[in-house]
Amino acid sequence: MDWNLLITQVLNGLQLGLLLFLLASGLTLIFGIMDFINLSHGSFYMIGAYFCGTVVSMSGSLLAGIVVGLVCTFAIGAAVEWFIARRLYRSDHLDHVLVTFGLILVFDTLVHMIWGAAGMAIRLPDVLNGQVSLGTLVLPTYRLVIITSGLLVAAILYIMVSKTRLGMLIRAGASNRTMVEALGVNINKLFLIVFAIGATMSGFAGMLIAPITEASIGMGNEIIIIAFVVVIVGGIGSIKGAFYAALIIGLMDTLGRSYLDDVLELSMPTQYAETAAPALSAMLVYILMAVVLAFRPQGLFPPAGSK
Amino acid sequence: MRILPKTVSAGVYTGFLALLAIAPWIFSVIDEPFYLDLLSRGLILAIAALSLNLILGYGGMVSLGHAAYLGIGAYCVGIPAYYDFYNGWLHLGLTVLVSGLFALVTGAICLRTKGVYFIMITLAFSQMVYFTFVSLEEYGGDDGLVIYLRSEFPTWLSMESPVALYYWIFTVLLITLFFIHRLVHARFGRVIVGSRFNEDRMQSLGYSTYRYRLTCYVISGVICGIAGMLLGNFTSFISPEMMGWTRSGELIFMVVIGGAGTLFGPLVGTAAFVFLEEFLSYITIYWHLIFGLMLIALVLFGKGGIHGWLSAFDRKEKRG
Amino acid sequence: MNQPLLEVTDLNKNFGGIIATNRLYLSVEQGQVHAVIGPNGAGKTTLISQLSGQLKPTSGRIDFEGRNITGFSTARRARAGLARSFQITSVIMPMTLLENVMLAVQGSDGHSFRFWSSVQRDSAMIDAAMKSLVEVGLDDRADRIAAQVSHGERRQLEVAMALAMGPKLLLLDEPMAGMGSEETARMVEILSGLKGDKAILLIEHDMDAVFSLADSLSVLVNGHIIATDTVEKIRNNSDVQRAYLGEEHA
Repeated sequence: MDWNLLITQVLNGLQLGLLLFLLASGLTLIFGIMDFINLSHGSFYMIGAYFCGTVVSMSGSLLAGIVVGLVCTFAIGAAVEWFIARRLYRSDHLDHVLVTFGLILVFDTLVHMIWGAAGMAIRLPDVLNGQVSLGTLVLPTYRLVIITSGLLVAAILYIMVSKTRLGMLIRAGASNRTMVEALGVNINKLFLIVFAIGATMSGFAGMLIAPITEASIGMGNEIIIIAFVVVIVGGIGSIKGAFYAALIIGLMDTLGRSYLDDVLELSMPTQYAETAAPALSAMLVYILMAVVLAFRPQGLFPPAGSK
Repeated sequence: MRILPKTVSAGVYTGFLALLAIAPWIFSVIDEPFYLDLLSRGLILAIAALSLNLILGYGGMVSLGHAAYLGIGAYCVGIPAYYDFYNGWLHLGLTVLVSGLFALVTGAICLRTKGVYFIMITLAFSQMVYFTFVSLEEYGGDDGLVIYLRSEFPTWLSMESPVALYYWIFTVLLITLFFIHRLVHARFGRVIVGSRFNEDRMQSLGYSTYRYRLTCYVISGVICGIAGMLLGNFTSFISPEMMGWTRSGELIFMVVIGGAGTLFGPLVGTAAFVFLEEFLSYITIYWHLIFGLMLIALVLFGKGGIHGWLSAFDRKEKRG
Repeated sequence: MNQPLLEVTDLNKNFGGIIATNRLYLSVEQGQVHAVIGPNGAGKTTLISQLSGQLKPTSGRIDFEGRNITGFSTARRARAGLARSFQITSVIMPMTLLENVMLAVQGSDGHSFRFWSSVQRDSAMIDAAMKSLVEVGLDDRADRIAAQVSHGERRQLEVAMALAMGPKLLLLDEPMAGMGSEETARMVEILSGLKGDKAILLIEHDMDAVFSLADSLSVLVNGHIIATDTVEKIRNNSDVQRAYLGEEHA
């Protein structure tokens, strides 16, 4: 057993899990509180990456890129809420699907028009571009940065949701919307903030990953579906659920892709294992979702007090 | 949001179908074989939209994963063809079996849930199929498969020539239309429509609604699978792209804009979509921007004016 | 053996910490109209929902025709002969009254995996449905859309649907809810027409209606039945007057 490889893969899984959490935490709140299906949540992931990349290439500073990217995704998220989403909270889910599907097409095409069809690479500053060695283990510095930032955001979010007044309203809203409305809270403002913060976190995830993968058109459309699975597995409206489910799914997916063929080889000839393993590992997270739904349809950690 | 008035006389549709029946002849007279291709493709999509309408329009089950069945049907042609099995009955049988089984297993899970969950889970399962085929290197993975020969049927059923394939598609479309027409007016269809509006009430009337909805879901999946089988034969090149979730979204658009829960609505919607796609992409490569803006505008402003596809029925309260 | 049609034994239901049904015993005899009265929040609808299967009791046992049906689903209870009407009107709004009642007929005969023949030509089913509509006096409105008739008429439709299921026991949850006095009188007339023919468990607020329809009466307070007797005796029972009638008739 190659322990270094295993540790690297675990860290990769952790990284994927934290990115998923950044996407899913906003998504789960938007589902839970506003009962709104936002298919275009992944568009903010892409937009964040492109804004960040543009600023980095102009200024050379990753930090500036991230700050500008965060501000822009917040603003765009707020605009989407203001002009579109808020008119539809009370209408049919089918409307949400159609309108956010339309938004994806609009955002993808706009990025295509502005930045062209080719992807955009984001250069890392030299400090982050190196490697860290721990004994025999050599790790890219930037991976550790992603993991640390992800954990940091998770911690901030946790404190915000569990300790502040805004957080209290968010928690109350996720389990019982009518009650929050009855408290006389300005519900429009709450929704706007939740939507925009969700968009910002999605954008932040995009900025974190783009230096590794490049920013590209539609980059958010694949990962967002795994984020849906995270939301379902964790329980709609539950930040805690999103956190654990994201880590489980991130690790499962990464480790499945690297080790499933070895596992399958124990029970079948190598050539079959090599064909079956990738297919099965592609299905793994969906199988988890199906199993969770079969036994706990409300998700692993549904928000407290909800039915 | 529908673009047709509620009552269009049966005569109009009969005329429309008659026109479709003689379309190949018209295209050969005006010497525009390209139109036959376009129409063939349109009718295949129309069959898929009809199948989606059965669950979405009549049954109120908003599936965002219906394109998976198009892909499954297409690969039920492509994979046997890869091993040089071209027997059409085999392809058709395999399509019915695999799409039916997939609908049964995933439907059994999806239908335990409602609303947001249902939409996301149907989407997730279709992505599962998508990524499974992407990861199957043996069958081309991302790049897809070329099908060198069409499914082989006895001479009188052959789909070899473009015109013969067109009539295959047209016949399947007619059968589907007729079948759905009978289905929704039969006892089974009444239960499906009743459950769409008031599932609790239906249960207290003695219906185990889950069983009926699941059966409906499977029927819909099989019809869409057959559309996929035709699509595989039509394009003679298949790839996971056929079942991307954009396609599922487009299918919903076709159903909704034509009038969900009406027999001919999906046909009209598909015609509108294919026309838009051809027309807009002719004007600009950025046609998706216009299409996207149209979708948004339709949802935001369309309802009041044209009075909404739901107006045929009273809108069911979403929050309970 | 003279067995009650419906027998409820030690039924309990908790929602979190709230006790909605508390050691409840109840029985309904064949052919009788048994009314359950009680103040708001006494747990009347919770009781009906447990009888019809929408809610699962926390503990207890429900027998119907001598068969333990506690574990049956809503649909299975309905097919066994328990028909319920809802306090808040629950019909298929976009369908016509006739279509609604036809669904009820169809549900009770249990053959709905039929994919081909049109129900519009199923004259036996149409006749059965029309018969129920006649019983509640809605036959002249058969082709109206449910969403477009008056509230009182929809309440009548509820009863027609319950009747069309050919039930052995009707569970009627406040059939007069939200009705004007004229509509109420109409409903009382309809229900009196059924009396003797069908067993009915009636939950109702309107005391005059209850007193004119019911054979026997139970008084439900805080999820517990504090008295069961004939209408006459309950009327004169001082406990009941204190607990319930006193407040309303003061």
